[in-house]
Amino acid sequence: MLAMPRKDLILFLGFAAAVLAMPIWLQPFGAAYPDLLNRFAIFAIFAVGFNILFGLTGYLSFGHAAFFGVGSYAAVWSFKLLSMDAVPALLFAVIISGLFALAIGFLSLRRSGIYFSILTLAFAQMSYNLAYSVFTPITNGETGLQLSLNDKRYLDRMFFEAGAGLPSPTLFGVTLSGYVAFYFCAFFLIATFFIAQRVTGSPFGMMLKGIKSNQTRMNYTGVNTRPYTLAAFVISGMYAGLAGALLAITDPLAGAERMQWTASGEVVLMTILGGAGTLVGPVIGAWLIKYFENIFSAINDGILSQFWGFLPEGAQHTAVLISSKFVGEGWFLTLGLVFVLIVVFLPGGVMEGVRRIASMIRPNKPTPASADSSATKPHPAE
Amino acid sequence: MTLLKRGLSRRRVLQTGMAGIIGTGVAPLMFTKGAWAQEFCNNPTGDTVTLGLNLPLTGAYAEEGADEQKAYELAIKHLNGEGDGGLLNLLQPSALKGNGILGKKVAFVTSDSQTKADVARAGATRMVERDGAIMITGGSSSGEAVAVQGLCQEMGVIFMAGLTHSNDTTGKDKKRYGFRHFFNAYQSGVALGPVLGQEYGKDRKAYHLTADYTWGWTQEESMKNATEALGWETVAAVRTPLGAGDFSQFLTPVLNSGADVLILNHYGNDMVNSLTQAVQFGMRDREVNGKQFQIVVPLFSELMAKGAGPNIKGIFGTSNWHWNLQDAGTQAFTKSFGAAYGAPPSQAAHTCYVQTLLYADACERAGTFYPPEVIKALEGHEFDGMGNGPTLYRAADHQCMKNVLVVRGTENPTSEYDVLEVVQEVSRDAVDYDPAIFGGDLGPAEPAPIC
Amino acid sequence: MFEAIFLQFLNGLDKGSAYALIALGLTLVFGTLGVVNFAHGALFMLGAFCAVLFRQLMTMETITIDPTKLSPWGAPLEVRAPLVQAWFGDFGAVLVNYSVPFSIILTIPVMLLVGIAFERGIIKHFYKRPHAEQILVTFGLAIVAQEIIKSIFGPNPIPQPMPEAARGAADIGIWLGMQANVITYPIWRLVYFLFAGVIIGGVFAFLQFTTFGMVVRAGMADRETVGLLGINIDRRFTIMFGLASVVAGLAGVMYTPLLPPNYHMGMDFLVLSFVVVVVGGMGSLPGAVAAGFLLGILQSFASMTQVKAIVPGIDQVIIYLVAVIILLVRPRGLMGRRGVMEA
Repeated sequence: MLAMPRKDLILFLGFAAAVLAMPIWLQPFGAAYPDLLNRFAIFAIFAVGFNILFGLTGYLSFGHAAFFGVGSYAAVWSFKLLSMDAVPALLFAVIISGLFALAIGFLSLRRSGIYFSILTLAFAQMSYNLAYSVFTPITNGETGLQLSLNDKRYLDRMFFEAGAGLPSPTLFGVTLSGYVAFYFCAFFLIATFFIAQRVTGSPFGMMLKGIKSNQTRMNYTGVNTRPYTLAAFVISGMYAGLAGALLAITDPLAGAERMQWTASGEVVLMTILGGAGTLVGPVIGAWLIKYFENIFSAINDGILSQFWGFLPEGAQHTAVLISSKFVGEGWFLTLGLVFVLIVVFLPGGVMEGVRRIASMIRPNKPTPASADSSATKPHPAE
Repeated sequence: MTLLKRGLSRRRVLQTGMAGIIGTGVAPLMFTKGAWAQEFCNNPTGDTVTLGLNLPLTGAYAEEGADEQKAYELAIKHLNGEGDGGLLNLLQPSALKGNGILGKKVAFVTSDSQTKADVARAGATRMVERDGAIMITGGSSSGEAVAVQGLCQEMGVIFMAGLTHSNDTTGKDKKRYGFRHFFNAYQSGVALGPVLGQEYGKDRKAYHLTADYTWGWTQEESMKNATEALGWETVAAVRTPLGAGDFSQFLTPVLNSGADVLILNHYGNDMVNSLTQAVQFGMRDREVNGKQFQIVVPLFSELMAKGAGPNIKGIFGTSNWHWNLQDAGTQAFTKSFGAAYGAPPSQAAHTCYVQTLLYADACERAGTFYPPEVIKALEGHEFDGMGNGPTLYRAADHQCMKNVLVVRGTENPTSEYDVLEVVQEVSRDAVDYDPAIFGGDLGPAEPAPIC
Repeated sequence: MFEAIFLQFLNGLDKGSAYALIALGLTLVFGTLGVVNFAHGALFMLGAFCAVLFRQLMTMETITIDPTKLSPWGAPLEVRAPLVQAWFGDFGAVLVNYSVPFSIILTIPVMLLVGIAFERGIIKHFYKRPHAEQILVTFGLAIVAQEIIKSIFGPNPIPQPMPEAARGAADIGIWLGMQANVITYPIWRLVYFLFAGVIIGGVFAFLQFTTFGMVVRAGMADRETVGLLGINIDRRFTIMFGLASVVAGLAGVMYTPLLPPNYHMGMDFLVLSFVVVVVGGMGSLPGAVAAGFLLGILQSFASMTQVKAIVPGIDQVIIYLVAVIILLVRPRGLMGRRGVMEA
């Protein structure tokens, strides 16, 4: 297992160190508080999982949020029925979302290209609409599924009495909140990153890349590609379920809106922004978007006028007026612009930008990652 | 492992420097509970105290959110002794001094909740964990209120609900740390019922269209109870998805259902759309069973009435408060708000403004920000002068008991803000009810959770 | 029961006409340019905001503040004088009353320009790129468009009143020889239905009977051959994209009295319109129109209480369910040509 190529090992260790040290190096960015760090880890897992499908096989799913949502619901139900411990919740969530992904993937993967995208979109929207309406007994509709004082928690009740007030999720008795929750999520991010790294390098991963570059040729060589794509779909669905469960563990509430198609669009944005087909890219994309959403969006006019304070009165006012369109409530505009620019000029995302800069600095040395760059031009089977 | 619980002290340590991981483990040991009885979430140690405003600036109820923000900014100005003081001088009894809260200047942070429970919780968490908010307030949907209230209970932060009308907020989902000034669906039904009976008779067939979430369900139930007690028959109650936009496919079946009253349990943009579309369907020009067809909107606000335009004329509903009331409190607030923003305040603005003052007053009376003490100060507190007549913050469910207004759309408006007229002020006693009927459990105040 | 069904059928036609109009534009772009345009919903939204802009221009007022008087809420009294009425008199009042239909005059050139700018600026670089990348770039464009509208017009919906004459409902029952008040339907919704019919007919006539249309149809069938014949197909495609934008924009303009436009209405319609296109068959114009009406009617019937009593929640999923079934059973859609986008 540990017999990794040196390059991979360095990447993995560097990644792990960066994740674990996040509470320190995010301090200057105003992002080092547990809730946001949790989200960084959770959505990074989601994006890494999405990349196993989209980055490797080129199948663009617009319905991954459904698995995320199912994971959340499953985890909260595990809290309500079984135990406040995180382990059964995670297991339950990953299994349920895996089965759900198997069913949807089995049907959706009968088509490819845009038809595949629309099929996943349709399934996800169906799940979302149902969660919002007729499945209300299971999902609690718009209000979202929450813990309550009279939940059964059969497993917990076998061992100890219920305390006063609502319990918090635990891991073998340790309350998962604040930085404990973050390191719990970080552990899973590092573990799933490791798995994704192994998958990418394995013969299975090579097969997936082969499907991306030319599925027809693969079929002609006598390979039945369907099991491979389905496996990738289920794995990425389980990643999404895991991420959804972790979100429910850090904050025990599951709402239907996390299944909406725009939420699926968000993970697509993350992956593309960072660089589809690369390992680190989706993680960076997820962090960027969550940073924008939580920090950029909270910048209001007061903060802006401080920022532009060095300008003369009139110019300060204009600067605040213009820049306020791009931060605060306008953060999504900035994101959209960045996204369009990236798709047009840097189809490989931030990672391609990093590579280009690196190759400019070291023009003689062929970059080791250049083999990867072909993967950044996806050619999904039509 | 209490040493790894979320702690303000740890957050502060991280803020002041790069003490990092080591600090996270050590700091709380120095501040374990009991050592300082007053150690609690975001205890303001500097000379400012921060309130967290969780506002729906986008989404279905965005219009309310924008108005709420104005009200909060005004309230904070008044608390800090700026502006004309507004209702500060009219609250009775009052411990407010106009020098902030407990001598600390009031500051605020905001978060856009997008009218979504998930986002509202994330925003509230950020404001508590990162920005050090001592109290969370705002919101204009019951979904948000219930979700954020639950979070605040876990974090040990007081939540002063903004606009939320569902019975659940102070009913089955009530929380020790959550307080609601706004009235609820049950009270709407009780207040509106007799007026409907008077105007439309005892022999009516009602058709409900209901927004499919906690508020909609409770309001549908309350309205059914109130109207069936009058002798009305409920033909059907159809749930519509929140934010459906086009309600035509739900409206066409009403035409041939034999119903002669349409009750729209919608709020915000949904209500504006469904009412406008119902009028387009000619429902107000119809005669069914030999009676004029009527539309009832149990809860509406000035902002919605403005959005619905002439369609709202003559339609009955209830309100928490209206700027056209003639008491001193209402006039002072309307004047203060109107001078600042050039338009009269909505009921959402009013409830948020009052909530902010009530919280500040409770802190002053308690002499501390320590939440359990503040909670005690709010529970069972009787006050007056805020425009709703004598009001009680009921201890059993944290619901404010006060008069409810029955309103109807103005037939001949004199200005663009003159859209509602108050038909009747239903007294506090008439809308009183036993808190036990909705169940729920407030939960404990102490030990105060350390966020 | 018959009336109930008939009403629901009318409602379906009415919903369907909106779906068909949006899907028509989407199919035009896909059929001619081969581009999967996720920004199409945004074009619909932009059209709706042309109506908002037009009305805002028509209702501009001069505001004079009279400091001697106070309004009831304590602010200095504002005296408002509408400008358009002052300039044009009665015609000004007509302009305000009929602002929605009149805004078509503004919408056509604006949407044509927007469409051409989109195509020349960004989309033409993506003709040869894979569909996934087309989806991504147009998705990004849609976000940018809606956020720009949000920062200009704000996040709240802006109601657009319909002309005085079209308010209320028409008694269709009487026209059909039934009793009064049995079947009534809002006039504006009937207008929208007729309007959609005219636009759809216009687009088909344009493609069928003009030389331009003939070339475009030939281009849809075989782009390379047409190019080899020395015809500048690129320029025609640019115009086609502009035309599709205009169709989407007009669909949006006329929809505003039914649903107050807000910045994200495009995204709400986008998913639906894709489903419609897929059900009709990618690249088939008659298919898109037929599927639009079919899905509108199905959705309307699925919302009936009687139907929901049998299959709970069916109204929420019917459209997607149909799309899934069509895609799995007959991927070329109802009227798609064999071989187009089949996999």
